[in-house]
Amino acid sequence: MPNDDKGMRCGSSKWMEGKGPDGEIVLSSRVRLARNIMGMPFPYLASDSQTETINKQVEQVSINLADELGDIKFLRMNNVSPLHRQVLVEKHLISPLLVKEPHNSAVILRNDQAVSVMVNEEDHLRIQCLLPGLQLEEAFAEANRWDDLFEKELDYAYDEQWGFLTVCPTNVGTGLRASVMVHLPALTLTKQINRVLSAIAQVGLAVRGLYGEGSEIIGNLVQISNQVTLGQSENEIIRNLYGVTRQIVEQESSARQVLLNEGRDRLSDRVNRAFGVLTHARLMSSQEALQLLSDVRLGIDSGLIGDVSGNVLKELMVLLRPACLQMEAGRELDGMERDRERACLIRKSLGPK
Amino acid sequence: MLCQACQKNPATVHLTHIINYEQSVQHLCEQCAREKGEFDFGASPPFSIQNLLTGLMNMEAPLKEQLVYQDKLQCEGCGLTYAQFGQIGRFGCSECYTVFSNRLLPLMRRIHGSAQHVGKIPARAGGVVRLRRSIDELRRQLKELVSREEFEEAAVIRDKIRSLEEGGEKGDA
Ligand SMILES: [Zn+2]
Ligand SMILES: [Zn+2]
Repeated sequence: MPNDDKGMRCGSSKWMEGKGPDGEIVLSSRVRLARNIMGMPFPYLASDSQTETINKQVEQVSINLADELGDIKFLRMNNVSPLHRQVLVEKHLISPLLVKEPHNSAVILRNDQAVSVMVNEEDHLRIQCLLPGLQLEEAFAEANRWDDLFEKELDYAYDEQWGFLTVCPTNVGTGLRASVMVHLPALTLTKQINRVLSAIAQVGLAVRGLYGEGSEIIGNLVQISNQVTLGQSENEIIRNLYGVTRQIVEQESSARQVLLNEGRDRLSDRVNRAFGVLTHARLMSSQEALQLLSDVRLGIDSGLIGDVSGNVLKELMVLLRPACLQMEAGRELDGMERDRERACLIRKSLGPK
Repeated sequence: MLCQACQKNPATVHLTHIINYEQSVQHLCEQCAREKGEFDFGASPPFSIQNLLTGLMNMEAPLKEQLVYQDKLQCEGCGLTYAQFGQIGRFGCSECYTVFSNRLLPLMRRIHGSAQHVGKIPARAGGVVRLRRSIDELRRQLKELVSREEFEEAAVIRDKIRSLEEGGEKGDA
């Protein structure tokens, strides 16, 4: 393990702390804006010197804007160790793509980790704001403020008909992708989840499970985002996703109520069993952990498990991923060691204080 | 480059033949390409209802011959051709949007159900757009005032339009 990772902690990001509005069901809200610089080849076609020019330009802008942007860091990916990069991915602050091709890419990170700007990812700039709970309008407002500031200093590629020009035609127009991460255990237990998810897909929103592919959604975590970026205004996109998310929150809430009314003992047994396993297991895979943590979180939200913070699912689902575990441990871990460290971390977080 | 068939006209069509997974490219002028295309289709009809149905029922069946028309539309900014854009689905630079603009309408309509941005107009990059939109709006007002014979007001609006058209920023204040 490189030296610069020694003694580093994973720490926490703003979206992992606090609950936020509708935070029992909506874990986080994210908004990102894709922007490009006029007359410059897009990163995948650009030469090293061209991407370096962009990098320098954006770094200078971040210095010029220091007062307005607040407490920020400009991190060049070549100067960040592979493990630390992976930690940033696990915390959803940068994309896997930025790690895959770290050459001449960078990220501007605000101290509270609520706002980040990826440089030379798919597009020249990707401005992102990530907040806890259902706060789409707030996240958009902050990303939009940063966008206005950057536009003062950079020549954006913009066209009257096509709006903000992006590498991929699926992002053109607003360049806006808004998403929410929702926790839907009761809709899953009552077998309504597929009906709900296909209804979401029918209104033009994209739905995907958080980790893994296939039919099973690990940890009952679902991400919902807009697909259309052209022909709708930013406000329409945000309001539409907000409206649909509110409906999902209501459906999940009433499903939780049904479970409590009609099968309280069964539900209580299920969530407390999960709690028992998590507080006593000695080896724990991430998939098993996410599934059990989903149950425990449902138990906490329903008042069936006391004395544990409701944020536990959100924090742990990041902290127990491989790179974070190794960062915390301060050394590289093989698969078996990770399962052991993971079980240990969970016991510490959930166990008696 | 001259047409490989007639050696007279410049080659503007690049025909890619894929036969049993082997690829070869012919550079032809438009006229020769059309003749060649007809000839090829006539000689060994690669496409028929029957072929289509077999194709549908047995996806494994290799395509005997596939003709791919490529044209030379290319972005000067980054060198990306329209054919490459079709293959990788990504633009190469902001210029590509201008060069390929005629062909983007159906694509964008299919992806987004729309081909017109209605969102944010950035302050600097959108300055011209903003200006044009406010002039359009003033012209609309002018027309209305004139039709109502409110000429004094109309004169004020007309002056505003003039100053916007001349100096841009001046009229904004
Ligand atoms: Zn010819
Ligand atoms: Zn181009």
